[in-house]
Amino acid sequence: MEETITSKTTVEIRPPVTNIGVIGWMRANLFNGWFNSILTLAMLYLCWQTIPTFIDWAFINANWVTTSDQCKASDGACWSVVTSNIRFILFGFYPHDLQWRPLLAVVILVGLLIYSQNRNHWKKSLGYIWMTGLFVMGLLLKGGLFGLESVESNNWGGLPLTLLLSVFGLTAAYPVGIILALGRQTKMPIIKSFCVVYIELIRGVPLISLLFMSSVVFPLFLPEGMTVNKILRAQVAIILFTAAYIAEVVRGGLQGINRGQYEAAESLGLSYFQTMRLIILPQALKIVIPPSVSILISAFKDTSLVVIIALYDLLKTTQTTLTDPKWMGFSAEAYIFVALIYFVCCFFMSNYSRRLEKELDTGL
Amino acid sequence: MADTPIIQIEEMHKWYGDFHVLKDINLTVNKGERIVICGPSGSGKSTLIRCINRLEEHQRGKIIVDGIELTNDLKNIEKIRTEVGMVFQHFNLFPHLTILDNLTLGPIWVRKTPKKEAEEIAMYYLEKVRIAEQALKFPGQLSGGQQQRVAIARSLCMKPNAMLFDEPTSALDPEMVKEVLDVMISLAQDGMTMIVVSHEMGFAKSVAHRVLFMDGGEILEQNEPNEFFNNPQHERTQLFLSQILD
Repeated sequence: MEETITSKTTVEIRPPVTNIGVIGWMRANLFNGWFNSILTLAMLYLCWQTIPTFIDWAFINANWVTTSDQCKASDGACWSVVTSNIRFILFGFYPHDLQWRPLLAVVILVGLLIYSQNRNHWKKSLGYIWMTGLFVMGLLLKGGLFGLESVESNNWGGLPLTLLLSVFGLTAAYPVGIILALGRQTKMPIIKSFCVVYIELIRGVPLISLLFMSSVVFPLFLPEGMTVNKILRAQVAIILFTAAYIAEVVRGGLQGINRGQYEAAESLGLSYFQTMRLIILPQALKIVIPPSVSILISAFKDTSLVVIIALYDLLKTTQTTLTDPKWMGFSAEAYIFVALIYFVCCFFMSNYSRRLEKELDTGL
Repeated sequence: MADTPIIQIEEMHKWYGDFHVLKDINLTVNKGERIVICGPSGSGKSTLIRCINRLEEHQRGKIIVDGIELTNDLKNIEKIRTEVGMVFQHFNLFPHLTILDNLTLGPIWVRKTPKKEAEEIAMYYLEKVRIAEQALKFPGQLSGGQQQRVAIARSLCMKPNAMLFDEPTSALDPEMVKEVLDVMISLAQDGMTMIVVSHEMGFAKSVAHRVLFMDGGEILEQNEPNEFFNNPQHERTQLFLSQILD
């Protein structure tokens, strides 16, 4: 049987008002069935109970710049613990009147990171900019040149130390991880087994024990009179640790690449390293952006474990502040402040990774 | 056609583990010659052409390409790969690079051609496969037929002395087969040496100098196309042709 198709002008019909707009959204997302409606109401009640209390505590009744005694008398939050000790929390034992130097170093570092976000800036010149930036930062922290007073690295602490350990730890761990991943994939038996043993060994050990070994056990093997800087030792431990995790993530990405990509590259006459650098790694690393960033974020937070080898990173300086009898008992406020700093950094990383993913998406 | 051999295969054998994939292959391809290899799946035809640029390793016998014998010497392998282009069933374009970058990659990194010149070469060949206006797109934005034409252009940019085609049209939707075959025919008219693994019998009839039939890892029969299709000698060739030409 044949149907005749008649063409008529279509009148534009709007969807029913309950399906779109605010009402439609609420229906679909908040009051979609009796169970969800109850949940919504329960959550609203919970918010109504907690949020005003928190706002009262954190903002309305809060003490911003007071003495500890005034704080103790009040029932609001005591942000004074942060404001009064901010310089110690941020810079640790760095000499008080030289603290503009680590501050400037941190500003340079953040500036460099923001500048490098833009993929249009990924050129050779970026490398030189970083090298100059690092040199200036090192100079600012260490001093001893151009009339800057020398500051021992034992006195470094707080935010600059945390950022130093993380930024260098993560940027150095990534290439090491890639090399390990490639090593684990090769057919050369010695390199392959070295990489497998390394990765499995490091992943099987907690970071704390690595840090501990680097600070206590490692110096025992050094010839007498020879020392390696404590920060450097912790830094190396962090790099080695993170690299093992990165290696496994990168290996996953490598396995996601079709065999045909290798064949196409090889049949053009590209060498192994060219194939990896130009064809395989760019694709594999793009696939593993989300898990890599997870690792970077957790590694960033793990740098706080350096407290166990008596380095005064951001978390340790905060804890030390709280051992001052004057400020004891205000740990919530102090930790919220540190948590905010950590959160801002981590949020920056994950936000950036999402943007990068979108920019690198070429539709395949 | 000058009788200068460009690919010589002598008594070549290949095994996958215990499985004897290629048995006593002897094949000489002269400059400018066009060969179509057909045969049932699993007959070793793809493996054979993949041995020619060492995507697969042979275990016995000799393969000489352009006067260079294929051995384990990496330098020789890379040299041969630059002289022999390869087109794959699944195109294998590099999805993270634009079409133009796909084409200039080989010339820039392998041939050390300056970037500007490499781009001129690339545009010339994109023009040739009639796809120049897509140069700045990514492979994922192109249809299968367009991708395969880009893949052919990518090989041509290396100015190869011979081209290998591994079932270039079998992953394509039917309506796109012709555009790829047209490009291959125009390549044939330019005198390119070609070895094509394909079941496109029309293409074989109009373009090939010789058609080879493989089964069970052996070359069972070879002949010029007319004879091959109208008067197949071997019983298995007859069976195969009757099945695909019905």
